[in-house]
Amino acid sequence: MAGRVIVITSGKGGVGKTTTTANLGAGLAMLGRRVCLVDADIGLRNLDVVMGLENRIVYDLVEVVEGHARLRNALIKDKRLDGLFLLPAAQTREKDAVTPEQMKALCAQLAEEFDYVLVDSPAGIEHGFRNAIAGAHEAIIVTTPEVAAVRDADRITGLLEANELSNPKLIINRIRPQMVRRGDMLDIDDVIEILAIELLGVVPDDESIIVATNRGEPVVLGGHTKAAQAYRNIVRRIEGEEVPFMQIEEDGWMSRLRNLVGLGRKKVRGA
Amino acid sequence: MLEFFMRLFRGEDQSKHVAKERLRLVLVQDRTSLSAQALEALKEDLIAVISKYLEIDDSGPEVVLERDGESIALVATIPVKRAAGVARAGR
Repeated sequence: MAGRVIVITSGKGGVGKTTTTANLGAGLAMLGRRVCLVDADIGLRNLDVVMGLENRIVYDLVEVVEGHARLRNALIKDKRLDGLFLLPAAQTREKDAVTPEQMKALCAQLAEEFDYVLVDSPAGIEHGFRNAIAGAHEAIIVTTPEVAAVRDADRITGLLEANELSNPKLIINRIRPQMVRRGDMLDIDDVIEILAIELLGVVPDDESIIVATNRGEPVVLGGHTKAAQAYRNIVRRIEGEEVPFMQIEEDGWMSRLRNLVGLGRKKVRGA
Repeated sequence: MLEFFMRLFRGEDQSKHVAKERLRLVLVQDRTSLSAQALEALKEDLIAVISKYLEIDDSGPEVVLERDGESIALVATIPVKRAAGVARAGR
């Protein structure tokens, strides 16, 4: 049976697509799945550094598509996890070096060998985005609780639906419980209400992600941070498990005081 | 200090409400490809047509596009003073 090809996209740049792709891939591999990460951001490759695999690149996606390299020779095997591979983007080529038809064929070929093919989409809605979604069966939209990111997520939802990728799932990234509590950040219910798409998970804003990225290690490998837990929950949901949304409320003195005097606002739903 | 706590607990000027309202409007415009100016023109035309039949209270007409999940509805609230114009409209 062919594997699932899932594109991770957002419209707006800088919301955490690449970090999300790395962590979902690593998380799925931790469950024993065979996973191939595809960096579709040609000319601006990043997934390799987030994964810490930048020194092991020999061939890239464009060389495979053009027939200058064999797919199996271009795939980089992650040494930390069995079954996790990366197909890096080309760094010195233009986005139109690949066509949607070629991407479709490539994804189909990968899906024969892997349980999951996760395609990291470039920002924007142009050629690179069209390539990234061409071979996908499913889509995950990453957004942050900010006006510009949510607006772009809505636009992307429309474009995905127009391209027969209906029912995209949503990951809300970088939620800050304290700001939500103050009413200075859109909460999860606000974002869901506005976008009207299914929630796959919520990742709290967590310094551990920056530290992990500095080291080239997906945070999900590192154990007990809230972000790692959030990614593990999302991965289990992708696998079809029903995982309750955990509370990401912090036990600060303010929330304790507020609960004490009966003024506790609605808890921050999360992860 | 009191003001600080009032703000904290009441949360009327919370910026997320502003964000949500702005998003609502901009998404309706995005989805319908109808600009704020076009919506204003639509409102004026609607009022002009309705004025042929009904006397409208100038203070309050409101025409907005509202989004409920996938569907978008045009909601017009046009206060009427009285239906005195009906006969004149030639019925």
